[in-house]
Amino acid sequence: MTDTSTQSGPMLAADGTPLKKSLARALRLQKMRALALIAPLLIFVLVSFVIPIGSMLFRSVENGSVAETLPLTVAELQNWDATSGELPDEALYAAFTTDMVAAIEAKKHTRLGSRLNYEHTGMSSLFRKSGRQIKKLDPAADAPFKDKIIDIDKKWGDVETWQVIKTHSVKYTNGYFLNAIDMQRTVEGAKAQPEDKQILIKLFQRTLFMSMVITVSCILLGYPVAWLLANLPARTANVLMILVLLPFWTSLLVRTSAWKVMLQQQGVINEVLVWLGIVADDARLVMINNQLGTIIAMTHILLPFMILPMYSVMQTIKPTYLRAAKSMGATNWTAFWRVYFPLSVPGIGAGSILVFILSIGYYITPEIVGGTKGVFISNRIAYHISSSLNWGLAAALGTILLAVVLVLYWAYDKIVGIDNVKLG
Amino acid sequence: MADTESNDAFVEFDRVQKSYDGEILVVKDLNLTMPRGEFLTMLGPSGSGKTTCLMMLAGFETATHGDIRLGGTSINNIPPHKRGIGMVFQNYALFPHMTIAENLSFPLEVRKMGKSDREAKIKRALDMVEMGAFGGRRPAQLSGGQQQRIALARALVFEPELVLMDEPLGALDKQLREKMQFEITNLAHNLGITTVYVTHDQTEALTMSDRVAVFDDGRIQQLDPPDTLYEEPQNSFVAQFIGENNTLEGVVKEINNGLALVELDDGELIDCKPVHESVKPGARTRVSIRPERVEYNKDRIQEGAHTLKAVVKEFIYMGDIFRTRLSVAGNDEFIIKTRNAPDVERLTPGQQIEVGWLPEDCRALDA
Repeated sequence: MTDTSTQSGPMLAADGTPLKKSLARALRLQKMRALALIAPLLIFVLVSFVIPIGSMLFRSVENGSVAETLPLTVAELQNWDATSGELPDEALYAAFTTDMVAAIEAKKHTRLGSRLNYEHTGMSSLFRKSGRQIKKLDPAADAPFKDKIIDIDKKWGDVETWQVIKTHSVKYTNGYFLNAIDMQRTVEGAKAQPEDKQILIKLFQRTLFMSMVITVSCILLGYPVAWLLANLPARTANVLMILVLLPFWTSLLVRTSAWKVMLQQQGVINEVLVWLGIVADDARLVMINNQLGTIIAMTHILLPFMILPMYSVMQTIKPTYLRAAKSMGATNWTAFWRVYFPLSVPGIGAGSILVFILSIGYYITPEIVGGTKGVFISNRIAYHISSSLNWGLAAALGTILLAVVLVLYWAYDKIVGIDNVKLG
Repeated sequence: MADTESNDAFVEFDRVQKSYDGEILVVKDLNLTMPRGEFLTMLGPSGSGKTTCLMMLAGFETATHGDIRLGGTSINNIPPHKRGIGMVFQNYALFPHMTIAENLSFPLEVRKMGKSDREAKIKRALDMVEMGAFGGRRPAQLSGGQQQRIALARALVFEPELVLMDEPLGALDKQLREKMQFEITNLAHNLGITTVYVTHDQTEALTMSDRVAVFDDGRIQQLDPPDTLYEEPQNSFVAQFIGENNTLEGVVKEINNGLALVELDDGELIDCKPVHESVKPGARTRVSIRPERVEYNKDRIQEGAHTLKAVVKEFIYMGDIFRTRLSVAGNDEFIIKTRNAPDVERLTPGQQIEVGWLPEDCRALDA
């Protein structure tokens, strides 16, 4: 130490190599071993998490099919002023015929039709039907094409058809995102969807609102339970804990279906109420296939996710804090409100984040008990994935959902502080 | 226990019993009277009922039987927050989500005190424990000793007449503990507060208190000032629990002129001072002798001292004193302590010596 301290420059190890380098070499093996240990998890996370989310984000803007299927047409469309209100010229129709014949050969034109059908109804059948006719044309010999194509289907003589093709010919589009927020991509730029097609914003709002209601009801119902769990003698608390965890051991589908049995108009609750004479037989309560049903069932299902973090935080609050508060003259309520409650806030925060994020993307329960008024945005996403096959829109909706969660998380961090979140 | 009804009784336990399960009494027939301004320590091993007594006084436990009075009125049915008793807890119980000043402000706020009054009192309380500069910190940013001071300041800030302390120094290291012992006693005496202090550390009890109540088995075994407690233990438990003690067992032969003749188990006869009521001819007894009252230097053994043969088992040099383990009358754990003076002989194991003590230093207690 004495001789190195007199040196200027970097510290040297005993053999004269710089100390930093020597240290790095000494630790390298350890680091490699550590990396090897976590490698399976790392690979799993990459494959099952990062890649799917990345591909979803990419799919929400990716839009190669028009430019791929109709390369010449797209190039030719650059010269056409879509806002002029006039039909494109012969050169475009010629390019279109060439593209289409090649596309029909490769059986790609119907796929393009479905892609454009998301934006403009009727495009799918137009491409399918015209395909059979255009196939008979010879791009080299049969010029001019304009009238022949319009003859095959008079929609090819509509300016709108070409406008749709032109607007969606870009390789990366904001079209899906515009659709996701009830707008559309047009030649004049982004425009609102017609009123009867605006449902997604409303769905987003409903999802957020209902998730909030569910989170709040979970807090209200879960707080006393968590408090009991943390304060009862161990034996009683264990029994209660089993009751809290019991839902976890039952299939989600079974629990949701059970709620259906409970809540429907001929269900347990209504029958009891009618039997007791509280509710008239012809005025049975509607508690299912609406928002109420979704809120009741989801609150029940997500309650453990609220109770467990609250419980683990409350367990760390020493009873002497309350005693201290009381010894200083605080009533039970003041002691709770000024001392116990603030100390339990991290648990509420952790539980709320869990429940809110889980409920915002919930799918099965709203699908079963939500009817039409109680469904979430996730049900719409599922519809686009499996029924309408508009994956781009589904991806855009998913991306927005992800962004909303991240924004809320950020806001929570700003307001409450993420350090205040404790899971135990 | 022997206290008569005094007019200045401030805290009173009157035939108090406590049971948690209806089967076992944790506190058995507790009677205790404290005058205003006294510093009383409840000392005892864990499970002796001392903390339960404190909690009953604070109002966190209810007495199963009997009356607890504060300033003459029964407080059995008064909830803790209306008793106006300051309390310092074992692990301080400072509210972690509040700053130091907010912690101190809490008891004043619940008393609906105005802001300027509050600030003045907080400042005074913080200055009192020399923590004036720390008002803006959080408890977690303070060291154990500092948190201790804040806990003290918080218990005193609303000027209670009675302060309870539940092993407040348990978590501190030895040096700090000794310093705080001194500060707490000074503060309590200067402010004239009545203090009930619970500890299992006998040194703490002896150095701090006006009186010490030694608890065992749910009863007060002895309630006396520290010096009386140490020098005149009333029974074997107190003798064993307070300070170091040598015990010799035997049977009482006779009692003459205020001295009991005891035949030790190895046949030796010694004179003792009969203390416990059970010391009667024919009864078994334990004889208690403090290690520092035993002398082995022939020149120093006083006249009238009783001498016995002893074998040195172990000699430990402790700096200021020598601690020697002897075998005396069949007891291999007989300890003597000698001050390190130039003329004191250092013993070697195996050495045969004679030890002696005065009969009045040798107390015959219960078996």
